[in-house]
Amino acid sequence: MKQHAILRVTSKVLIPYILLFALYVQFHGDYGPGGGFQAGVIFAAGIILYGLVFGLNAARIIAPPSVLERLIALGVLIYTGTGVATMLAGGNFLDYTVLQYGVFDGTVLADHLPQGQHLGILLVELGVGITVAAVMILIFYSFAGRERSR
Amino acid sequence: MREILGLYNYWVVIFLMMTGFYVVIARRNLIKKVIGLNIFQISVFLLYITMGKVTGGTAPILPARHFTTGEEFQTFSNPLPSVLILTAIVVGVATTAMALALIVRIHEAYGTIEEDEILAQDREQ
Amino acid sequence: MSLTDVATQIIVILLLALLVGTATTIVRMRDLWAAVMLTGIFSFLGACWMLILDAPDVAFTEAAVGAGIATVLMLATLALTSREAKPPPEFPILPILVVFMAGAALVFGTFDMPHFGDPSAPAHTHVMSEYMNDTVPDVRQSAAHRDKTHDEHDDSQHSVAHHGVGVPNIITSVLASYRGYDTLGETVVIFTAGIGVLLLLRGRRERRDVEEDEG
Repeated sequence: MKQHAILRVTSKVLIPYILLFALYVQFHGDYGPGGGFQAGVIFAAGIILYGLVFGLNAARIIAPPSVLERLIALGVLIYTGTGVATMLAGGNFLDYTVLQYGVFDGTVLADHLPQGQHLGILLVELGVGITVAAVMILIFYSFAGRERSR
Repeated sequence: MREILGLYNYWVVIFLMMTGFYVVIARRNLIKKVIGLNIFQISVFLLYITMGKVTGGTAPILPARHFTTGEEFQTFSNPLPSVLILTAIVVGVATTAMALALIVRIHEAYGTIEEDEILAQDREQ
Repeated sequence: MSLTDVATQIIVILLLALLVGTATTIVRMRDLWAAVMLTGIFSFLGACWMLILDAPDVAFTEAAVGAGIATVLMLATLALTSREAKPPPEFPILPILVVFMAGAALVFGTFDMPHFGDPSAPAHTHVMSEYMNDTVPDVRQSAAHRDKTHDEHDDSQHSVAHHGVGVPNIITSVLASYRGYDTLGETVVIFTAGIGVLLLLRGRRERRDVEEDEG
């Protein structure tokens, strides 16, 4: 798309804001509309737009497939890890209330981290967001990177 | 008349659903079938969301104030359908991608994505 | 009925007419490229209606997914396969019959459904009120609540229902906390679908170097 100057310039201006909006949706999901699923999809849409306008190779450089493959698993790991952490802290699986007590008591973090349920929700949504974004970008790479058979 | 005003949302959704259903069973092109499934899927989403609406309510995000009068909302629409459909949408696109990947492989193996041609090739073997 | 209500009703009727029109056009389309674009528009119109129905979270997921990513994936598939569908061979009498019968059965079923926006519908009277009542007072007195829960240090084993989640967006609190298992399952489904697509489309046909002007 070398000849489409308008597309290249406008997408260059838009992409940072799309990615920023995705992060806003991710971490503001407890106060406004949003959450991991939406944020992951919006983030992926930003990268996919980059891939469409500047070519697949350019997108593969900024979001390498090998990293994305690890991120897919990392997201699920964060989610289940939160569940295991709540179990280790003495609660049920994914019962974030226990994160409020004991874990950070007496440290500087205790006053700065969100409390219990809030912390659990943030962590879980982060896991969802990472998995969704990585899966969507990788699916796009697989389709765009395939040769036409005949 | 009361029935029409109270149930029109379901009827529109059912019409959309049946359009998607028709595309799935009547068209032989595999991509067209996926499009039909997509329409059906969105209709099901709409069905759930219409069931969650409460008259006079607002989105279940607190605290909610009216944007002109400034008074606080006391009724909220049901958050449960939203939650179910939110996850269903993203799962839906993941499974759609899976179906499209299968179509790409079918095209590579058979050279066509028309159902009857694929079946004919299978019978020849 | 105030002026805003009338305006909303007019917008809703227009949206529904557009949804029906788009769906019927997609049925008749043989050019797949146009059909895919119309599916994107259909998703977007659906998202608009969802926004009016008080589901902003769902609406912008649908806008990003249906009108964005799903459309891009379908166009990519078209580029790898063919753009034109074969004309349907004969007038499809059996599918039309099946569709009409299924539709009639569903419409018959709606006569027992609660009316649109009815606050006393079964869906609004079961667990939903518990979620609401747990969250609503917590947010309105969130500071007081936080002090209270600090004092109740020994009650840390209490379930969510006793403390409430205390997150202003009830959708997020239901999604991630009350129904955390459910969402874990959905995340694993997405994980599995991603792996499945990679397994299907990775391999010898993959292009190593793509031209700069790829679009």
